[in-house]
Amino acid sequence: MPLTIAEKILAHHAGLEAVEAGQLVICDLDLVMANDVTGPPAIKEFEKIGRPVFNAEKIALIPDHFQPAKDIKSADLAQIMRSFARKNNITHYYEQGRVGIEHVILPEFGIVAPGMLIIGADSHTCTYGALNAFATGVGTTDLAVGLATGKAWFKVPESINVHLTGKKPKNICGKDIILTLIGNIGVDGALYKALEFTGEAVAQLSMTDRLTISNMAIEAGAKAALFPFDKVAQLYVARRVKKPFEHFNPDKDANYCSTVEINLSELKPVVALPHLPDNVKPVDQLGDIKINQVVIGSCTNGRLEDLGIAAGILRGRKVHDDVRCIIIPGSQEIYKEAIRCHWIDIFIDAGCVVSCPTCGPCLGGYMGILSAGERCVSTTNRNFRGRMGHVDSEVYLASPFIAAASAVLGKIATPEEVIGYEN
Amino acid sequence: MKIEGKVWRYGDNVDTDVIIPARYLNTFDPAELAKHCMVDIDQTFAANVKAGDIMVGGKNFGCGSSREHAPIAIKASGVPGIIAASFARIFYRNGINIGLPLLEIGDAVEKISANDVLKIDTDTGTIENLTTGDIFHAHPLPGFVQEIANAGGLINYIKAKN
Repeated sequence: MPLTIAEKILAHHAGLEAVEAGQLVICDLDLVMANDVTGPPAIKEFEKIGRPVFNAEKIALIPDHFQPAKDIKSADLAQIMRSFARKNNITHYYEQGRVGIEHVILPEFGIVAPGMLIIGADSHTCTYGALNAFATGVGTTDLAVGLATGKAWFKVPESINVHLTGKKPKNICGKDIILTLIGNIGVDGALYKALEFTGEAVAQLSMTDRLTISNMAIEAGAKAALFPFDKVAQLYVARRVKKPFEHFNPDKDANYCSTVEINLSELKPVVALPHLPDNVKPVDQLGDIKINQVVIGSCTNGRLEDLGIAAGILRGRKVHDDVRCIIIPGSQEIYKEAIRCHWIDIFIDAGCVVSCPTCGPCLGGYMGILSAGERCVSTTNRNFRGRMGHVDSEVYLASPFIAAASAVLGKIATPEEVIGYEN
Repeated sequence: MKIEGKVWRYGDNVDTDVIIPARYLNTFDPAELAKHCMVDIDQTFAANVKAGDIMVGGKNFGCGSSREHAPIAIKASGVPGIIAASFARIFYRNGINIGLPLLEIGDAVEKISANDVLKIDTDTGTIENLTTGDIFHAHPLPGFVQEIANAGGLINYIKAKN
């Protein structure tokens, strides 16, 4: 029977030859992950079960959301997780200064490998599909049971085939591709389903593009967002993953529930307007939308390539007088590399704030909360009402190209407009 | 379980950030979370909800974050069950896992309005709108997922299997 990537990975971890969409399976997990918001309640539930952790090497506890602690209660949350990690000798617990944003560092550290089955108490756990891992977000209780048993139940999802063709223009990146897709299928367009990316254009997408695309699949309701294992994936994992792994590519006649065609050559830079990620419009149709803040970072777009795009636009330019531009490298390695490339100099000379790695403003935690009536162009992943602060503030989701250009002009803009203003 | 209560009616795509905004996530105490439940779309809810009231939403209820704080906040507000056209996947699992009945009824949800009084039998999935006389049947839970719901949540289910 021909299988999708999702069916193959779930069958492998259920100890079955094959599974089909709709089937309920109980699977062995390769990694169980939580952060400082979801970890502490999961630990409390875990303690009710009365068993030891299933495997201290297969658990990752990442204090990234409200850390370094933004207030006393957040410091208490970090302390619950820290104590649990020490007591149980959790291998993948990282302290401030060594930690970064969970979905940035777990691939970067080589903890996530192709073919793995991962649950994370964070909805953006689907990011790891870029590396050909079946990874999905769960809540506190599923995580607690995962910590104790190393198992989780799954309903095998149907997969939507996202077929990519055409040549990707230079001003288009992963963010435009996923926003266009979400705009097309809607915020519940992939509910209970997996997305699987196919087609000749997949090869043009860098790992950064893929991580951004898989990251935001949850914004269409998807359970997982899987890329095939190809040369790009092979190169990425070669210098990071130390353990042996298996990869899973789809069979030729795999059964998809539907197909969405995207011709990359036809894509335009887009923005998701408030207050849903599927409210997507091309930037050139927006008119003048003045802004107060720009955020460049997050598990969606806080990687080196993203900072490089921003640096290319901000080099020798200034952030607009009415704008705060906050730049957040996703990991210490990315931060160091950005220093080595002199991009941090460029950001500071342009008048940006540069922060340590944190989820901070993306979820309205800290480090850039919006006041009533303020507008932010952000490379993050959600623009729900009140997401980044006051209930009457607005978040516009965009690529680092658009975010950096908007920081310079003080309104939503493209890099071409920045150059046009100067000529 | 049999439930009878008044409806708090919301629309499509009610996200976890409005159910419980991240500024309140520095605690996971259910009573504290309940104080801020729904605040970013309905400032009247937390102060006026009564134990037994039923929440009704449209499509994709609970989309967004994986925060289990969201169904916990609703449950701790005294709401014994949620009805929606459809639920976002992680919210759906979380509801079942904490023993909060979630009933999916598709487009029939259009026939439920704010302040209607509903009578629900969560064992059979039958919903009676006492205000209009309409009767709906929720989609049944698949396989052992029903057993998790019957056990009152995943922790009880796992402990019973030990």
